[in-house]
Amino acid sequence: MNEVSNSTHDSYSTTLLGFWVYLMTDCILFTTLFATYVVLHNNTYGGPSGRELFDLRFALTETFLLLVSSCTSGLAPLSLDKKALKKTFFWFGITFLFGAAFLVLELSEFTRFVEGGNGWTRSAFLSAFFTLVGTHGLHISIGLLWMIVLLVPVWKNGMTLLSCKRLHCFKLFWHFLDVVWIFIFTVVYLMGAF
Amino acid sequence: MFGILTLDAFKHDAIEMIANISMILGFLGALGLLIYLKRVKWFWREWICSLDPKKIGVMYATVALLMLFKGLVDALMLRAQQMFSVDAHQGFLETSHFQQVFSAHGTTMIFFVGMGVVFSLFNLLIPLQIGARDVAFPFLNAISFWLFGAGALLVNVSLIIGNFSAAGWLAYPPLSELQFSPDVGVDYWIWSVQIAGIGSLLAGINFLLTICKMRCPGMTLMKMPLFVWASLGALILIIFAFPILTATLGMLTLDRVFDMHFFTAGSGGNPMMYVNLIWAWGHPEVYILILPAFGTFSEVVATFSQKRLFGYKSMVWAIGAITILSFIVWLHHFFTMGAGASVNAFFGIMTMLIAIPTGVKIFNWLFTQYRGRVLFKTPLLWFFGFAIAFTIGGMTGMLLSIPPVDFQFHNSLFLIAHFHSMILPGVLFGFFSAFSYWFPKFSGFKLNEKLGRCACWCWIVGFLVAFMPLYTLGLMGATRRLNHYESSTGWQPLFIIAGCGIVIIILGATFQILQIVVSVIERKKNLDTTGDPWNGRTLEWATSSPPPIYNFAIVPEVTDIDAFWDQKLAKKKETPVYEDIHIPKNTPIGAYIGGSAFLLGFGIIWHITWLTILSAAAIPFFLIVRLSEKETEYCISAKEVNALEDARRRPTA
Repeated sequence: MNEVSNSTHDSYSTTLLGFWVYLMTDCILFTTLFATYVVLHNNTYGGPSGRELFDLRFALTETFLLLVSSCTSGLAPLSLDKKALKKTFFWFGITFLFGAAFLVLELSEFTRFVEGGNGWTRSAFLSAFFTLVGTHGLHISIGLLWMIVLLVPVWKNGMTLLSCKRLHCFKLFWHFLDVVWIFIFTVVYLMGAF
Repeated sequence: MFGILTLDAFKHDAIEMIANISMILGFLGALGLLIYLKRVKWFWREWICSLDPKKIGVMYATVALLMLFKGLVDALMLRAQQMFSVDAHQGFLETSHFQQVFSAHGTTMIFFVGMGVVFSLFNLLIPLQIGARDVAFPFLNAISFWLFGAGALLVNVSLIIGNFSAAGWLAYPPLSELQFSPDVGVDYWIWSVQIAGIGSLLAGINFLLTICKMRCPGMTLMKMPLFVWASLGALILIIFAFPILTATLGMLTLDRVFDMHFFTAGSGGNPMMYVNLIWAWGHPEVYILILPAFGTFSEVVATFSQKRLFGYKSMVWAIGAITILSFIVWLHHFFTMGAGASVNAFFGIMTMLIAIPTGVKIFNWLFTQYRGRVLFKTPLLWFFGFAIAFTIGGMTGMLLSIPPVDFQFHNSLFLIAHFHSMILPGVLFGFFSAFSYWFPKFSGFKLNEKLGRCACWCWIVGFLVAFMPLYTLGLMGATRRLNHYESSTGWQPLFIIAGCGIVIIILGATFQILQIVVSVIERKKNLDTTGDPWNGRTLEWATSSPPPIYNFAIVPEVTDIDAFWDQKLAKKKETPVYEDIHIPKNTPIGAYIGGSAFLLGFGIIWHITWLTILSAAAIPFFLIVRLSEKETEYCISAKEVNALEDARRRPTA
């Protein structure tokens, strides 16, 4: 209640809660794509099915890369609160590297499919696959760029309350993407491969 | 250089040219007026750059009313075509143009009139009614508005450059796929709706947080004014429904641009998936539009009965029930899909259930008036118009909710009559009621009562004349979107009556324009110096008209429902102690982001690669610029607040 009388706009808790609500809207966006994938995943139209395409070892590697980066993105804010800047950069650096590695693997998988003549135009199943997994990948790419944008001012001016708030939002975003990936791994890869 | 944009895009038939020229003249006229009055800089600084929700609310309403004018002209053209296009006469509209007009009519009315007035009311009223000085995220609010504006502009630009969608207001595939709609029309539709929709989603998050986090001390959830409760329901719906729209439009875009096969007729695509998804958004959307109107009527009926609203708690529960039920009825828009008896039965029963909370609300309003001191002012007159028309629409809705009956009525004019009976009285009468009720709060003077009554009666009578014949026409077998029929059907007399109804409605709209003009000229006579012209009950009447930029010099404390009424009864007089107030500084970046979004949409529609890339990069660029600004607020010191409050308490000379 005091927030009103001090009228500090965008106060800490309001921003965090607002970001949570945004994440939930993003979650519904993914839900829509999941629902579409589930409806269309058998519509292969003479093209390959998930069982013929997916390489589970590959998907598992991606999963572990993303899990590790999610874990380190959770460790980074711990040292951030203690104002240990070097540690913060270290953990976020690892988060970035693993996130980037995940993205490289995902893109190489996409390239493999497209080069085999199984691009998104092949069938409704592949359209839904590329869109669902690609939307997640797009989020990861935006997250990586966002991380850089957030960390540059910290590098220059040190930690401020504002940067701290934004890095906490980023951490939520990154964890959220991890949760979405777990569902992609389960619904698309595991259930598709067996 | 310009993608697929060539000079051909500017070639139009005579009717379209008239529309274009009048639109361009209107724009130049407004610009010329600003230059003549030397107000260009003022307009830029005080309005375009504004982060004040009160001003953003006025801008939302302005855009919505301009779009309403466009939508009304569309409606008039449709009916004029149908009145005369019989047998050998082909009417004055070419088929493709007719299709564009009905698609544009629906798109305009729902996305840019309906959503516009809803967000206008949110901006104007929610902060004031919860005793807050601002919204949770003022800058995000500006972005939301400018995205809405960019979408509205795209619809209008389609009149001048290229053409609009001819695939209906929801662009069902496979018709809306590239194979069957190869021109830019559907792309215009997608991008105007997509951009405005993202704006709505952001605004939805913003106002939800405003209600959750910014209420004044003492205002618990069960002490909130009912307009805020109704808005809360609508906001939850926005947050759940709009991401579905974003994703669905995204997939249709991928189909059209990247040759994917989500909803195509071949390659395994499933067009019914689109229809399901679009209505999973579309049905909640109906309630997003109507709940704020319910909230408005709850305030209007209580104020003009000078009595606390009957059944506050049951109203809250009714809003909650409507919010939840609206998510499990979407399939009633296409019972004919053939989902099977049990699925259709489920959705039919859920649809019927919605009549219960809605009925609760109608009865509560009537019971509020029972033994109240009812003052028949214009806002209440709109309520009566609404109550009658909406109840008729509700009952025909119950008919349509029975699947076997719906098979007969599907896509007939009976359906058209039904949903116009819901949305037109619900959204428009609700907004007009709100407009006449809250106008003095934001302008400082009351509207002319007599002209307001004339407008109201014209709208009510016009509505009945325009839409009652449609029920009959539907029963006689007339389907929607007809541009030509045979006289042997016997439909023509009814179409002519319906056309006359539109003329009466336009007469009503003319009265409204006249009312505003006359009221502005006579404003000295009708000044509201008290801030409380109607003997109101809620907090917005506790501050001056128009409210100062900070809304409340002292944040109010609330102990009861109808907080201001409570204060008036208590008649406490204390010497006020003021404090420093922080207000966000104005910034043009919201408008820049809206402009970039417009160019982005335009670039994608016309395949102009460089424009697309530039404007897509501009949006994050402007965001980063804004987020690295250090001083985003300024302070009004307690002394200045004191001076401002003294000036406002002095009688106006």
